[in-house]
Amino acid sequence: MAHGWRRRLAYLRIEDVDAFYGDTQVLHGVQLSIEKGQIVSLIGPSGSGKSTLLRVLVGLNKPRRGSVWLDGKPIEYGNKKALRAARDRFAIVFQQFNLFQNMNVLKNVTIVPVRIKKRDAQQVKKEATALLQKVGLGDKLHAYPDELSGGQQQRVAIARALALRPDVLLLDEVTSALDPELINEVLDTIRLLAKEGMTMVIVSHEMAFVREVASKVLFMDEGRIVEAGEAKEVLDNPKTDRAKEFMAKILRE
Amino acid sequence: MLARLFEEIPRFFSHYNTIFLLKAAATTLCLSAGGCIMGLLIGFSLALIRITRGQLLLPARILSISYVESFRRVPFLVTLLFMFFVYHALNLTVSVFIVGLTTVCLIAASYTGEIVRAGMESVHITQWEATEAMNFTLVQKLRLVILPQAWKVILPPLFYFFLGFIKDTALASQIGVVELTYSGKVLNNKGFSAALVFGTVLALYFTISYPLARFGAWMEKKVGVSKDRRR
Repeated sequence: MAHGWRRRLAYLRIEDVDAFYGDTQVLHGVQLSIEKGQIVSLIGPSGSGKSTLLRVLVGLNKPRRGSVWLDGKPIEYGNKKALRAARDRFAIVFQQFNLFQNMNVLKNVTIVPVRIKKRDAQQVKKEATALLQKVGLGDKLHAYPDELSGGQQQRVAIARALALRPDVLLLDEVTSALDPELINEVLDTIRLLAKEGMTMVIVSHEMAFVREVASKVLFMDEGRIVEAGEAKEVLDNPKTDRAKEFMAKILRE
Repeated sequence: MLARLFEEIPRFFSHYNTIFLLKAAATTLCLSAGGCIMGLLIGFSLALIRITRGQLLLPARILSISYVESFRRVPFLVTLLFMFFVYHALNLTVSVFIVGLTTVCLIAASYTGEIVRAGMESVHITQWEATEAMNFTLVQKLRLVILPQAWKVILPPLFYFFLGFIKDTALASQIGVVELTYSGKVLNNKGFSAALVFGTVLALYFTISYPLARFGAWMEKKVGVSKDRRR
């Protein structure tokens, strides 16, 4: 550690993070580093802390111990201004989409760039329209969330996240709430982003998809990262019993 | 019977009586409007204080919660008499109308505070989280995302409360405020027939509350309380 700082730091580095829900510890000393342009996938049983880890990164849960480094600087979760600055660089897409129900599709995508980031409204609108076309919703600009299917809502949510121009995109089980026939339209969108070199942390149960896009896979269990490595390694040759058990169960489905 | 009633009408709507009744109606209107408007403003602030998180505002939160919870549990009349004696104890010489107005504001604030809080909390936690993750300030969260969705839940009970509240202001007569119900009693005691007097009072109450009910219905439609809002 003495000369640790001399090493080139990873783009996003999570060091020894503990997190709690009330008194229940949900993350135990989580370590993780992600390079720019890398796609890291978190897998593991429900309740293993995958989503919590993403929530910690955007400060929805504050880490009680450990640190998160982005671009060589630690994120101060206790400091409002610093946290806001850090949040500007992440964008998170939730399992339940969480689109703003009172706004149409276009407004959902433009609201934050225009109202929070104070960017030029016309320019943002142009970009948002292009983003929505990219995710295949160019004809739904003025629809409201409750008029869309789950898959469409999730693609809007992804467009909304992209409109924030994030450095790191966090995807929290974005296909879990979708009907099977809608999953692929969302995965296609993510594939597109992967091709463009977007840095992403993906929590997913779609093993085939993880194998296809992830450059690194982490298996989590009970708040700990149990295994980490290349997708092939972790998915095909798990070393720990917990991971073996999990893979066997998933593959049987 | 009916003929006698009709006979009485010109005498009843004398210049003096009409002014007396209209003044009383105006008092009821002022009490109601004051209660509704001030109540909504104060109640809204109480609800806002209640949803804050910071340690610094903890005393304000406790105060807000105890205020809302206690005033909603005390009968209107008791609060009214209490305020009457508070003004006395503080040696403040004010008209009974002011005492009545203060009381209705205090009471309305506690009820609307609760209605607004319930409305804001009805918006799903994930909507709050999405705004939090995207760096909305508290004001932006409320204005852009939470309140537009909360109004749907807030408005129906709010107007239900307001309409009931107009009638409750009649209790202010207990400390001598000459409002609509009291004026009816006075005229009745002067010998005018009860049917005529209270029939008129009833019509005046209706005149005050009906526009409010229509306004409520219009507002509800505007924020889309009914389902088919955009189709």
